Amino acid sequence: MAEPLIRMENIRKSYGRVQALVDANFHVNEKEIVGLLGDNGAGKSTLMKVLSGVVPLTSGDIFIRGKKVTLRSTSDAIAHGIETIYQDSALVTQLSIARNLFLGREPIKAPRFLNRMDQEAMNAVARDLLRQVGITKNIPPTTPIGSLSGGERQAVAIARAMHFDSDLIILDEPTNNLGVAETQGVLSFVRSARDSGHSCIFIAHNIHHVFQVVDRIVVMRRGKVVADDIDPKKTTVAEVERVITGMSDKEIKDAISDGPQQHG
Amino acid sequence: MENRSFIQRLIARAEFGPLVLLIVELVVFWGINPDFLSPQNISNILAFTVELGLIALAMTLLMTSGEFDLSVGSLFGFSPVLMWTLYNSGVTSLEVGLLIALLVAAVIGLVNGWFVTQLKIPSFLVTLGMLLVVRGTALFITDGFPQRTWSAEGSWLANILVGDFYVGPFRVYASLFWFIGAAIVLGYVLTQSRTGNWIQAAGGNPNAARARGVNVNRVKVGLFILSAVMASLAGVISSLRTSAANPNSGTGYELEVIAMVVIGGTALTGGRGTIIGTVLGILILRVMRNGIVLIGVPGLAYNIFIGAIILGMMALHSWLERRHQAGT
Repeated sequence: MAEPLIRMENIRKSYGRVQALVDANFHVNEKEIVGLLGDNGAGKSTLMKVLSGVVPLTSGDIFIRGKKVTLRSTSDAIAHGIETIYQDSALVTQLSIARNLFLGREPIKAPRFLNRMDQEAMNAVARDLLRQVGITKNIPPTTPIGSLSGGERQAVAIARAMHFDSDLIILDEPTNNLGVAETQGVLSFVRSARDSGHSCIFIAHNIHHVFQVVDRIVVMRRGKVVADDIDPKKTTVAEVERVITGMSDKEIKDAISDGPQQHG
Repeated sequence: MENRSFIQRLIARAEFGPLVLLIVELVVFWGINPDFLSPQNISNILAFTVELGLIALAMTLLMTSGEFDLSVGSLFGFSPVLMWTLYNSGVTSLEVGLLIALLVAAVIGLVNGWFVTQLKIPSFLVTLGMLLVVRGTALFITDGFPQRTWSAEGSWLANILVGDFYVGPFRVYASLFWFIGAAIVLGYVLTQSRTGNWIQAAGGNPNAARARGVNVNRVKVGLFILSAVMASLAGVISSLRTSAANPNSGTGYELEVIAMVVIGGTALTGGRGTIIGTVLGILILRVMRNGIVLIGVPGLAYNIFIGAIILGMMALHSWLERRHQAGT
């Protein structure tokens, strides 16, 4: 069997006495969209923080195409082709789309000692990328990120990851606070990224969004991966919810009907 | 978005408000006292404008990166004192004295930057502390008295920095060209260069910039050094022009310079800066200082007008920002 793009083995992460991850095993194949699900505190965000270099692991190994790597920082992760897209934090709202796309890797015009950005080239690439991710609206690449909608910002972040050939794009709650049309837009950006050869990890609270776009579902509970090969085409939302909560249908129903009383 | 007319785009620019204010000032002062636009008065305004202006230009870049420097006024006073002390005591020539003063300023900027970026102390506190250290040092080494200065006329250094000549009826100081040169270079750096993109990103969203491999700390330390060196240079220029080196000179300049920068449209919170706006901000405050005296308002009332301008411009910038965010 081919070596997966990313393999995480026996990952442990503790914060003092709290064990956030307990021997978690996780993998992503080439050109695959994996949906990572779990209740609050299940460990999915921590697992992704480890993979994107935000927090160091306590123990365990990470392999990229079979080669063991150490990810000490987000720059490390980016250098290894792993890009994480958070709801808002990855872009500079005051800068234009093109300047955000190339931030840190701006092309320079000759003569190089003048350190002058090649803004025409940046704008041209930005225009092209926006089309590739499926933004059909005519948005000039000089538009500041601050005037884009949440969905368009996600698209810019995805476009950036695609342009710089990230092998893996991690999307942390990309559809939070988005309207129906914008959510559909983001889901189609994710499909475009997969179709052009990138793998994605999709984390979302809304299971229906995950079902619409992913190839495989992985579920975490209490710091462990409890299911890692759920095919969204051969299962139902209710079944996945049972795996997430570890409860039966009846227990879930009881929990729902008990809910208001607990809060009241 | 692309179909907006030229006028709409002009109005949406951060520099538009300051430009209108400057024109209003010029028209009002000229209307009340026609001598306001006399060659002699224009020459007077420009002579001192460029000295504070040099500091404001560097401060624009620093503030765009999300930091600011309160120690610039004390450096403005300290550097000429250091240069003249070295010269008067026969330790160095005037030129070497200038180099040492600039070098010491660079080290002070480096220390400011190090405290802010490595110890994560807000620049307000770090540079406030440095203001006291530098001003205290200037007072200590001079016993609080102005330094003896000779008339710098004839020295090549003085000619290069503050030599004056007449263009028609206007008396122009060489420092004006230094100011124009600095404005062009720093404007270019901020808007055209890769460094400018990093400066804006460092102020707008430092975490995003770091995640893209931008060395935010190095950018900020570099700007603290630039700010200190420009303040030092401005102090020396002023001292050569007036043949005076007073350890108390430059007191309060830090706030005036910050006011110039924010009136011009640079965000106090970082991420957005404009050199053109700062040039307008510099002119607005200097024209105001000159104009209200010329039309007979007591000079002591100056701060009332400056305060009102700052409040008015902040309200305007905030309104434009909200319109901008709303995409209108």
